[in-house]
This record gives sequence, C-alpha cells and structure tokens, in this order.
Amino acid sequence: MSKQYETVIGLEVHVELATKTKIFCGCSTAFGAAPNTQTCPVCTGMPGSLPVLNRQVLEYAIAVGLATNCDITRYAKFDRKNYFYPDNPQNYQISQLYLPICRNGGVEIETKEGGRKTVGIHEIHMEEDAGKLLHDAWEDCSLVDYNRSGVPLIEIVSEPDMRSAEEVIAYLEKLRLLIQYLGASDCKLQEGSMRADVNLSVREAGAEQFGTRTEMKNLNSFKAISRAIAGETERQIDLIESGEKVVQETRRWDDVKGESYVMRSKEDAQDYRYFPDPDLVPVVVSDEMLQKIRAAQPEFRNEKMRRYREEFGLPDYDIEIITESRHMADLFEAATAICGQPKKVSNWLMGETLRLMKEKETDAQDLCFSPEHLAKLIRLTDEKVITGAVAKEVFEVMFTENIDPEQYAEEKGLKTVNDEGALQKTVAEVIAANPQSVEDYRNGKEKAIGFLVGQTMKAMKGKADPAAVNRILKEACRK
Amino acid sequence: MANIISDETIEYIGILAKLELSGQEKEQARSDMGRMLDYIDRLGELDTSDVEPVSHVFPVHNVFREDVVINGDMREQMLSNAPKQKDGMFVAPRTFA
Amino acid sequence: MRMTEMTAVELSAAIRAGQVTAVEAVEEMLAGIEERDALYNCYVTVDREGALAQAQAVQAQIEAGELTGPLAGVPVAVKDNLCTKGLRTTCASRMLENFVPTYTAEAVVNLRKAGAVILGKTNMDEFAMGSTTETSAYGVTRNPWNRKHVPGGSSGGSAAAVAAGECICALGSDTGGSIRQPAAYCGMVGMKPTYGTVSRYGLIAYGSSLDQIGPLTKDVRDCAAMLEAIASHDVKDSTSLQRQDTDFMAALTEDVQGMRIGIPNDYLGEGLDEDVRAAVLKAAEELAGRGAVVERFDLSLVEYAIPAYYTIAAAEASSNLERFDGIKYGHRTTDDAGLHSMYRKSRSEGFGEEVKRRIMLGSFVLSSGYYDAYYLKALRVKALIKKAFDEAFAKYDVILGPVAPTTAPKLGESLADPLKMYLGDIYTIAVNLAGLPAISLPCGKDRKGLPIGLQLIGDCFQEKKLIRAAYTYEKSRGPFGTAVGAEKRTAAGERTQADTGSFRASGEGQIAQCGMLRHGGKSGRPESEQSTEGTDRTDRTGGIPS
Repeated sequence: MSKQYETVIGLEVHVELATKTKIFCGCSTAFGAAPNTQTCPVCTGMPGSLPVLNRQVLEYAIAVGLATNCDITRYAKFDRKNYFYPDNPQNYQISQLYLPICRNGGVEIETKEGGRKTVGIHEIHMEEDAGKLLHDAWEDCSLVDYNRSGVPLIEIVSEPDMRSAEEVIAYLEKLRLLIQYLGASDCKLQEGSMRADVNLSVREAGAEQFGTRTEMKNLNSFKAISRAIAGETERQIDLIESGEKVVQETRRWDDVKGESYVMRSKEDAQDYRYFPDPDLVPVVVSDEMLQKIRAAQPEFRNEKMRRYREEFGLPDYDIEIITESRHMADLFEAATAICGQPKKVSNWLMGETLRLMKEKETDAQDLCFSPEHLAKLIRLTDEKVITGAVAKEVFEVMFTENIDPEQYAEEKGLKTVNDEGALQKTVAEVIAANPQSVEDYRNGKEKAIGFLVGQTMKAMKGKADPAAVNRILKEACRK
Repeated sequence: MANIISDETIEYIGILAKLELSGQEKEQARSDMGRMLDYIDRLGELDTSDVEPVSHVFPVHNVFREDVVINGDMREQMLSNAPKQKDGMFVAPRTFA
Repeated sequence: MRMTEMTAVELSAAIRAGQVTAVEAVEEMLAGIEERDALYNCYVTVDREGALAQAQAVQAQIEAGELTGPLAGVPVAVKDNLCTKGLRTTCASRMLENFVPTYTAEAVVNLRKAGAVILGKTNMDEFAMGSTTETSAYGVTRNPWNRKHVPGGSSGGSAAAVAAGECICALGSDTGGSIRQPAAYCGMVGMKPTYGTVSRYGLIAYGSSLDQIGPLTKDVRDCAAMLEAIASHDVKDSTSLQRQDTDFMAALTEDVQGMRIGIPNDYLGEGLDEDVRAAVLKAAEELAGRGAVVERFDLSLVEYAIPAYYTIAAAEASSNLERFDGIKYGHRTTDDAGLHSMYRKSRSEGFGEEVKRRIMLGSFVLSSGYYDAYYLKALRVKALIKKAFDEAFAKYDVILGPVAPTTAPKLGESLADPLKMYLGDIYTIAVNLAGLPAISLPCGKDRKGLPIGLQLIGDCFQEKKLIRAAYTYEKSRGPFGTAVGAEKRTAAGERTQADTGSFRASGEGQIAQCGMLRHGGKSGRPESEQSTEGTDRTDRTGGIPS
C-alpha cells in the first residue's frame, strides 16, 4: 500500500434508559418477560391510542446531556420517523429530529499515546425502541414480540472525531461510565442496553475533505466493534485503491463471518418523512427543572478519585478499580460510612471481591451484597467474633446470596470460641498428643509453636482466636 | 397544469406509502396529485418569511406521566385482532435475509 | 309525543320521572332502526343485545338514584371511528371489517358514565375522509330529508341517524367540518369544540392536530348537555386540556344583548348559494333583533385555508394510517409471500380510493425535498390564519356565517371531482386549523326543502358564548321540524330513484316496499323551477315570521 490513509469515525450510540415503564405508556420495561406480556394499545400501535411522555425519560436525557457538557434545548419536540417494518408497530418511530433535547457537547478521552482529546457530541435525542423479531424456521416467517417496543432510548450522536478503534472504545467506556454513574442505564452491550452504530469513512492522510461514509450496525461487543472498524477500513481502502467508489449505505456486521453486508432493499427508500408528532406537546425545560436535575447530578469519577485520595488516603490502584463502577464506589462509601475503616473496606473489594467477580464472571454493577453486611463482616473480624479464615468463608456466601454475616456465623456455628476453659482443655489435649513438639519448643525451637497452634486451630475447627491459642499454648508449654 | 407528476414519482410515493396502484389508478393518481399540488401552490402567494410554522395551536407543553407501571399482562387482548399469531406473537412475513 | 321525536333532555326527564323506562326507549329506537335504516343506512353496526343490556343496567341505576343527569337512559349512536370495547369498529373501511377494539374511547366512556346507552356505530366516510359519507365501504348513507341527497360527511351516519329518529343524539368527529356540515345538511345541531376539550383517546386518527369529537343533536340544549358529558381532561391524551368551565348547560340562556357578532364578507362571496345566503343573513338579523351588534368585516385568508388544510391533514393521515399493515389487526392479503408485497397488497386492498388519494398526497408533501415547500409552508399559513382569527376575536364575540356553500348535494355529484368536493369545506376548515369551537344549527330550508345550516364560530374556550347565541337564535326561530316524513311533504316532483346508479346501500332492495315515498309527478323540470310544498319564502329562511 503506497498511500497513507486516515480512518474517520463517528458513533451513534443508543442507550436504553433504566426507567420502570416505557417512554409513552405504563407498561413495564423489565427484561426477559414472556413475549407480548408487557404490551398495551399504545406500544402495539392500536388504532386510537395516544402517547404520553414519561417524565423520567426527559430527566435522564437531560442528566446525560449535562454530564456530557451539552447545551440543553429549552424548547424541544418529538418528531415522527416514518418507515415500515414489523418491529415498528405504528410504522413510524417517535424520535427527535428538528429540536433534540441536547446539542453541542463533548467528552474527553485518553488517547493511546497518553494524550487527551475531546470527542464532540453533536446531539442527544429521545426516542422509542422497536420490538423484537424472531425467525420461525419451521414456517419460514417472522414472529413479533412488542415487549421492547416503546422502551425509552437516548441516541447519542458524536461528531466524526475518532480516528481509531482504540479511541472509539475509549469514548464508549467514557460514556458508559458517565451514564452508569447517573443511574440512567446499565449500558450492557451484550444485552443490548447500549448499542453502537459506527459511521466510518477513510481519506488520504492530510486530506481536508471527508470520504463517503458507511453506517455499520449490529455491533454487540467492544471486540466486534474493533473488528468491524478494521474490516470496514480495509474494505473502503480496497475500493478506493481499485478505483471504485464507496457507496453511502447501511451495512450489517456479521461477527461470526467477520464481514459486513448491505442491509436495505430497493423497497426501503430511505426517506423518513420526519414531521412534528401532533400527538405530543413540546417540552419546555425551565431554569427550575434544569436546576433540580443539575443539583441531583452525582459526583462523577474524577471528583470521586480526588476525594478518595484526600479523604481516605487510598492507594491510586484501589481508587482506580473502585471508581470504575458507580455501584462499587457506592458500596465502598456506604460500608466505610458505617465501619469507619476505608482501607479495610477497600481490601475486601480489592481482594476477595475481585477474585470472586473473576471466578463467577460477575459485573461490578451486579454485586449483590449490601454495604451493611460488608461493614458488619469487618466489625465481626475486628472484634474477633469470627476469624479471618471464617470471614472469607462467610464472604463467599455473602457474595452470592447477600446473607447477614452475623446471623449466618451464628447459625452455622462459625463464631470464634472465646471460652477460656474449652480452649485450655483443647490445648492440654494437643500438648499431651504432641510431646516431641512441646519438647522442641522448650529447647528453643520457636517454630514448633506454629505446629501446635495449627493443631489446636484444627481441633477447634478454625473457630478459635489464633492469638489466644498462641498465648495459652506458650503458657502451657512453659509449665 | 404546472405540476407534472412523473411515473417515477408515483412509483416512489407508492413505495413510501406501501400502496400498490394498478395502471389506471396510477394514471388517476398522477392527475389528482398534479391538480391538488397546483391548488396547494397558491399558498406561495402568501409571504410567510417572517412566520414561524405552528404545529400546535395552543401553548400547551410539558405533559408527562410518572414512571409507574400501570399495565398488566394484556397479551391476549393485544393479539385478539391479529390476522395471524403463533406462540403469543404476531406473525409477519419473513424479515431475515 | 313519540319518543323518537323527543330530545335527549326530554326523554331522560321522562325516564327519570318513571313515565317510560330506558329499556322501552332502546326498544323503540331499535324498532325505528329496523323499520327505517334500510332506507338511510345510517348504521354500520347495531348492537341490539348490548344496548338492551346497557339499558337494563342504566334503568336500575336510575331507579337506585345513582344516575340523575340529563342523558341518563338516552339511546345514542357513535361514529364508527370511535373505539368501543368488544363492538366492531370499522372506520367504514374494508381495512377494519373485523376489527374489535380492546378498549373504549374516552368520550364514549364519558357518555356511558352519564347514563347514555350506545345503540351502535354509525356510517361515515372511510377514515373520516370525505364530505358526503359516500366513501364508506359499507354503502352510502342517504339524507333523511331527501334520499336522493347525501347526508354530508364525514359524520353523515350520525347526523342522519338523529334526523331519521334512529337515535336521540350521536357522537361525531370533526377534522375539517365533519360534524358541522352533516348537521347542516340534515337539519341538526352539531358542535366542534375547542381542540383539546374532548379527549381523542380511542378516536381513530385522521388528522391528529385537527380532529375533535363533538355532539350531533336535535337542539342546542341537547348539544350543551352532551358536550358537558364528554368534555374531560384525560391523562391519556397529551393534547387534552384542563378546563374548569365545562358546565355548558349553564350557558343555555336567551341573551345576546350587546354581543358583538361579525360576519366575514369572505363567507358571503362567490360560490355561495342564494338560498343559503339569504337564510344566514336572516338569522343574523334575528340575532340583531334580540340585541346583538352585527356587522360585516373582512376576515381574509379564507381561500388559503383549504390548501393549507389538505396539506396538513393529508400529511398527518399518511402517517396515522401507516399502522394498518396487516400484521397486528385489520385486513391482510391472502397473497402475503414477501414482506413489502404483503404491505402493499394488504393496504391497497383494504383502503378505498379517497383514502389512498390522501395517503399518496400526504406522503408526497412530507417526502424529501418537498417538506419545506409544502408541509412547513402550510404550517406557516396556519399560523397566519390563527392570527387573522385572533384579530377578529379582538373585535367580535362570535363570527357568523354559513356552514357550507350549498345544501346537501345529490348522491354521486361530489365524488366525480375530488377538488370540487374539497372546496365545499371552505367555511368549516379554518376553524379546525385555528383550533376554535364552532356550532352549526339549522336556519332554514332551500327551495328544495333541504336544511340550511348556520355556523357560529367562537374564540378558543368560548363554547358558552356560542351556546348562548345559538340557544337564543333557536328560541327565536322556533321549531325547525323533523326529517321523519319530510320526503312526503317536500319531495313532490322529485323522482325517488336515485340517478347515480352504482352505490350499494344496503336498503336498495327495500325502498319500494317501504311506501314512505310518493312521486309527485312533476318530473322532467329542473329542480330550481319546481314549486314544492312547504317551501315558500318563510320556510326557506327558517320559518320565522318577519
């Protein structure tokens, strides 16, 4: 390849908002219900039904706009995007074209070279999701489930500011973190609550003009996004090198085959005939509304990291990991507030929590144990009610079932035995059973005491306080 | 007639509107639409350069519902008018390539 | 008095007084439908059993003192574009031939709460697109005053049903005159309320920004009673307004003293039938005689309302009707091999000609490259029209004019030239664009004995002024007479066999047996020259002694 090319990428990111109900009706958005059991006349497009906007959708959209430094549109409207498809029950999607809720924003990302750059956000708009289509191979038809129809989405449209797959991933990570911190969505690519369409063009390095772009859909993981970007870049360069033209079109990425193909047929003239939806009234964002949402914005990652350093004196590594998820940061802060021991809380998160997350393939945002229980576990250990070994055992159960550690230890008989008499008795038995080790210790072999402690702990089934065992053993040996 | 509607336009609008017109209907549609557009072109006589388009007559805004689930399972009702259904879903012609 | 001739308020009072029961009232209506609907084809669906069951329940509630309002026990008809749970709702389209809604339109819910009994669903122009009720897939409806003429439209079935005594009052919908114009053609009272007064939830949309539901009744009092019952703030309709002043019956007073009434010169211009003009001006004089200050003025922009309206309505309709695709409900072609072919065939088979015409036009004006020139332009003109009304209402309380340029045309005359049919909406359409309330009430008959409608237009939320003016005029005018048997009285000289031939009114075969019609034997002369019974000068202008 003689010439140098530059890849120019812009993203359209769809994020499903974490509302309890759909954007225009009172149907549940809960994931995984039986087909069409979460539908009503509005979200199945029954004749005569009408949409009414879910207030929470607007508030989330504004919150995301503020977090991404957008201008909030004070007079926004909804428009209809008209196209026929079975997953689109009205055959128009209610979206925003002319007056989207947010515009002109941007987020900062770190580049591969360690520098920083801003990816511009052209606009963010609110819209409704479509239903799901299943292919019925038996009868060679499609089956339509409208449970997802009307689930609220925001679409975040970036400027064509990215130049590599790494920048794209960095940008997506950044968005994901911001939105998760806001609690506006769980942003899971695999489950489709965050979906990215990639607009990509190539041009000769140094060229002023952008090349013709294509849009790629169906990218369900960061890996697929990277592969699709590489594949499409190569395809476009090949076209240009061989003297052909890139056609502006929408392509579907097939991650199994590692290639993309054109999505539309000639029956889909891409002429959406947008016009203001007469069934919905404009949204006017008042100063008061904006103030309220701004006041409710959470502390974002950078601020949190700074505070953790100053307030808790945690190592940067701990801070990095804890703040990577809003949920973990919340867990940390809440547990620390109860037990007052930030480093100990952090140790539990860095150690056992990360280990189990890896082992059980759990997302940080899906951690189910409560901060109260974690704080209690720390207290129980501090107060020597349970031993460190027992604490780990209890935590493992807490991790999956969020049990109350104290109650659990009680029920399972895991509490440390602090009965001096019982301890004396066991120690006496151990001494009697291991005369050689006692002799060794008396002859100055300090190590031998370790063996005796181990034997005693074993006999006590780990429920004794090792320090107490040590003390009593030493006293007994000296006799 | 100032507005000459081409066969291509009628074909294109037919695709957009998902209507299939017979030869005679197409001819009729060409002439009807041409006449209507001629008539609508009269609006051009009015100077509206300083006028904002009005989609809602009344200054009503911010009509919301609260984020509370009010609907239960209505599947049977929603499917009750479906020309074809299977396994609790609506049946459409194949959409997958 | 026979029940069929009673107003809603009268009948309900009789029922509440125990003189008749709600069940008897429904039975009498059903008998009337049985006897006469073959002649007029007002109904698409009659809910005999449902109506009787409702009547029994309502009667029990009346006896228990739970229903005390002016509509308790009153049998009503509902236009077939309002969803009724469990009762087929067709929009007079083949597309919805078997559609049974799973919920009831809010306006109908409100009517039932008031104790009204739903008799059935009335015929209309398909999807409310038309001005004659001839575009229905279920046959044309005929005008009870003269069956050779249309009842108007699109709420023609509702207007004709009230006029024919096949219900006491009815619900219609008005997008560009679809309540007021059939009311005028059928000699009834019809009202289009301020946009947002009646919930549109459950009204199968035509032009969402223009559609309003309203009453068709025998007199102004019923109109006020019915509007009071159906007006409500509905959280399911974002465009529904919160109004405190919906006690419309309180406005039933004879008082127009000092009321400023303006007559737009634009509404009296070219194309207006002489008889209509004379009757409308006579009505204005009548109001002036009762103390109103009447003057002429220039409203302007009237001729631009029609092109603006047809652009906006067609655009919205093209989108609103996209949902009819053969997947969730409605007609689906048997030949559904491919997705897009299924869409196109199902829709082409399911929709009638006029609906397709408007969908095509609407899709075009919204399509890429034309949106600004057509759709946005129309929205700008709409703003100008609204402004013109605002200026007029700074000077006047009420605007007075005709409802339509002529009385009811003959069957088959209008459809031949759609554009000409659209032009007939000239006096009603601007009201919808500006969201205003307007009432239509009879003010005379033309030389053929067909009713003439008077239109009163109010500023937003001024329904009470309209009701007051209309009520005052109605009292002053005196009884208008009824369509039942009108053909006997006025059809002398007219051939009863309609000359348009091909429509498929369900009653076609039964006309001859019915014996209600008499040939006057003066055929062969142009209608304008015929001197028919009861159409002397006074009758033509409303029977008011001068």
